[in-house]
Amino acid sequence: MTGEKRLHRKQKREEREFYFFISPWLMGFLFLTLAPMLASIILSFARWNIITPPEWVGFDNYKELMHDQLFWKSLGVTSTFVLSSVVLKLAASLLVAMFLNQKVRAIGLFRTIFYLPTILPIVASSMLWMWIFFPNGLLNFFVTKLGLSPQNWLANEKLALPSLILMSFWGFGASMIIFLAGLQSIPQYLYEAAQIDGAGWWSKFWNVTFPMLSPVIFFNLVMGFIGSFKVFTPGYLITDGGPHYATLFYVLYLFRNAFEYFNLGYASALAWILFFIIMAFTLLIIKSSPLWVYYEAERR
Amino acid sequence: MNKAKIAKSAYRTAIYVILIASSAVLLIPFAWMVSSSLLSEEEMFQHPPVWIPKPPHWSNYKEAWEALPFTTFLINTLLLTIGRVLPQVFACSLVAFGFARLRARASSKLFFLCLATMMLPGQVTMIPTYIIFNKLGWVNTFKPLIVPSFFAGPFFVFMLRQFFLTIPLELDEAARIDGASSFQIYYKIFLPLAKPALGAVAIFSFMAAWNDFMGPLIYLHDIEKYPLALGLRLFQSYGEYATRWNLIMASSVAMVLPPLIVFFFTQKHFIKGITIGAFR
Repeated sequence: MTGEKRLHRKQKREEREFYFFISPWLMGFLFLTLAPMLASIILSFARWNIITPPEWVGFDNYKELMHDQLFWKSLGVTSTFVLSSVVLKLAASLLVAMFLNQKVRAIGLFRTIFYLPTILPIVASSMLWMWIFFPNGLLNFFVTKLGLSPQNWLANEKLALPSLILMSFWGFGASMIIFLAGLQSIPQYLYEAAQIDGAGWWSKFWNVTFPMLSPVIFFNLVMGFIGSFKVFTPGYLITDGGPHYATLFYVLYLFRNAFEYFNLGYASALAWILFFIIMAFTLLIIKSSPLWVYYEAERR
Repeated sequence: MNKAKIAKSAYRTAIYVILIASSAVLLIPFAWMVSSSLLSEEEMFQHPPVWIPKPPHWSNYKEAWEALPFTTFLINTLLLTIGRVLPQVFACSLVAFGFARLRARASSKLFFLCLATMMLPGQVTMIPTYIIFNKLGWVNTFKPLIVPSFFAGPFFVFMLRQFFLTIPLELDEAARIDGASSFQIYYKIFLPLAKPALGAVAIFSFMAAWNDFMGPLIYLHDIEKYPLALGLRLFQSYGEYATRWNLIMASSVAMVLPPLIVFFFTQKHFIKGITIGAFR
């Protein structure tokens, strides 16, 4: 047997082993991702309530969606939520991370405190905020202290969504931790060089911190966007989509169609629209990234 | 003291003031949760709100626990959590080893595919998956929640692969020369060395399983099968308890404690795990 052949056989064995090791993922991909994805495409062109046989309706689900006021309403509600919560959280988490990065004592303690709200089970934090928003709850106590009139936060069509945004803002620590790690990995000599060049704090931020941190900002932006677009539990638990659909999040509307009305085809169409929205925005952020994200490795 | 020094210490003081003030604001809801859980019926609706209940009504915890079958909820949560964490850690470590160490032509393409599936919103696969589990007769059992954990999740695979890549190649080469098989290398060298990373995966999947709401909401219908996440919201469905905020907060505190304790003791791993994804 020649050496080459033996090598070939060894390679083949290693390849077989590779597939054995990755089989848990591969099976999961085939049976829990790919197959359901294909099924979901087909379903989105059908009408089915799981009991009676499915009925092929072509593009009807998608056409119906275009005239469905609740679909547009839920898109609007979700966009407002995503935009405000992502912007607020990113700004606050970057700011706090920069404060914490100033050689602060007890940095570990602060980091823990800021991260704490994100550890809470969403059901528990929903219950807590329901109680805070309650007509004679804590928020109204502070509001009246400030000399404003108390509100019925969750029952008011104008205030319900901002209330849920406030609740989600409480969890900005998740991206803060990532910013902090990013800030800590910026080499100190860059700041020293800027200092020698006579740079002020703004110039240091704009010319050193921002470009060096831009990949992390990019990561947090994409993750924050995807995560908040899929928001469900607060709308389901706290406000039940109300009042008058003011907190009807997209995924809540999808959930209702799928598991409350059993419009499985219609809900699948909703899921695919969600997929395309998330894809489109993620691609938009990725495509725009060369304009503002600086990858050090690429410059070398 | 010169001007620059004074400016510097003023600046540092300002930073501490801002940090302390903002963390205090952040902690108010926590403090409110704990103190509400100890309030009496009358104290609950007093104005101004009572922060330090006199005396603390520890009996609220007992009353809340007995108002609903919380012992059952706790057992269910534990079963579901263990059933989801162990297979997840095992499956992800196998897959990560394959991607980190074994050569195959399609390896990098498949790894890219694995990462790409992280972007896919779960809602797309949720409905057909429900239909499949429904046909199998698995709805209203723990199976739809546990069985998928035997298939590796892409984020954990990614995390573990990054860790495995830091293990020196010489170690497996030496073992190969001694005649060790790939599985022996995985089992005897990588698993022991990767304990911190495996721990991180275990912690993350523990948190995810303990906190999961939508999964149990879709699949579990009988109250006897509810985990804590579903049980907690039952207070809302019984009129007599809907505004017993002291009881609701008591059981919320009880549900929050385990993840909080785990977080406090494993912070370092936890934060490493979170930050790994951001720095590819």
